[in-house]
Amino acid sequence: MSNRTYELIYVLKPDAPETEVADLHKQVADIVERMGGTIDKSENAAPWGRRRLAYEIGHHKEGFYVLEVITGSAELMKEIDRRLKVTEGLLRHLIVRVDESSIKAERMRAKRTEESRRRRVARGLPPDRQPGEGPQGEDNDDSGDMMFDGGEMEA
Amino acid sequence: MPFGAPKRGGPGGARGKAAKDAKGGDKRRGGGFFRRRKVCKFCADKIDDINYKDVKLLSGFVPERGKVLPRRISGTCAKHQRGLRVAIVRARQLALLPYAAD
Ligand SMILES: [Zn+2]
Repeated sequence: MSNRTYELIYVLKPDAPETEVADLHKQVADIVERMGGTIDKSENAAPWGRRRLAYEIGHHKEGFYVLEVITGSAELMKEIDRRLKVTEGLLRHLIVRVDESSIKAERMRAKRTEESRRRRVARGLPPDRQPGEGPQGEDNDDSGDMMFDGGEMEA
Repeated sequence: MPFGAPKRGGPGGARGKAAKDAKGGDKRRGGGFFRRRKVCKFCADKIDDINYKDVKLLSGFVPERGKVLPRRISGTCAKHQRGLRVAIVRARQLALLPYAAD
C-alpha cells in the first residue's frame, strides 16, 4: 500500500506536565517509526498548545492540543488510534487523512485555470493573462467588499 | 470565540473594481439592512478544501445555538455545504466548535 498523509490532533488535560506531553509524543513517534512512517510536522504551540475548549470535557474548560502530521499506512494510523483510545487522561483525538483533499483541491484549481483559458481563447484572447491586463481576470465578478459575506455572521 | 481575531482579510481589496461595479450592482436585491447577496463564500473565495482547523472561518457558519447555518441563509452551494458540514463535525469532535445546544 502506498503511503498517505494524515493529521492527528489529540487533546490532553490543560495541566498535563511537560513530561506527559513528551511521553505521549514519543509513544506516537515510536509506533510511526516501528511501522515505517514519518512524522512530517509536530506542533504544540499557538494556535495549538493550551487553549479554550468550545465545551467542557469532564470539568475541563481548557485543553492542551497537539497536532502531528504523519505519512504512513492506514494500518499505522489504526494502530495509533487504538493506542490513543486507551490512553488515560486524553480528552480527545482525531485522525484525518489529508492527502486526498489536497489532491482534490489541486484538481479543482487546475480545472478552474483550464476553464478560464478556454474562455479567454473563445473571446479571442491569448490563453494566459498578459502583462498590462490589470489585476485579476474575468473569473472574479465579485467586487471586493462582497467577498466576505460569511465573515459578517461571525458577530 | 477562541480566535477572537479581526475579520478575515484575504485577498480582494481594491482589485479591478471600477470595471465590475456596473455588472455587480443589480445583484443586490431586496435591500433590507441585513439582506446580503446570496453567494457561496467558498466559491467566491475559491476555497476548495474546507479545513476543520480553520475555526475562524467555520464559526461564521455556526451561529448562536451552535447549529450549522442553513444554505438558504448563508447562500453556500450544495457542494461546499457538504464540505462545511464535514469540517464542522470534525471541529466539534475536538471541541474547537460547540455542539448545538438544545
Ligand atoms: Zn460553493
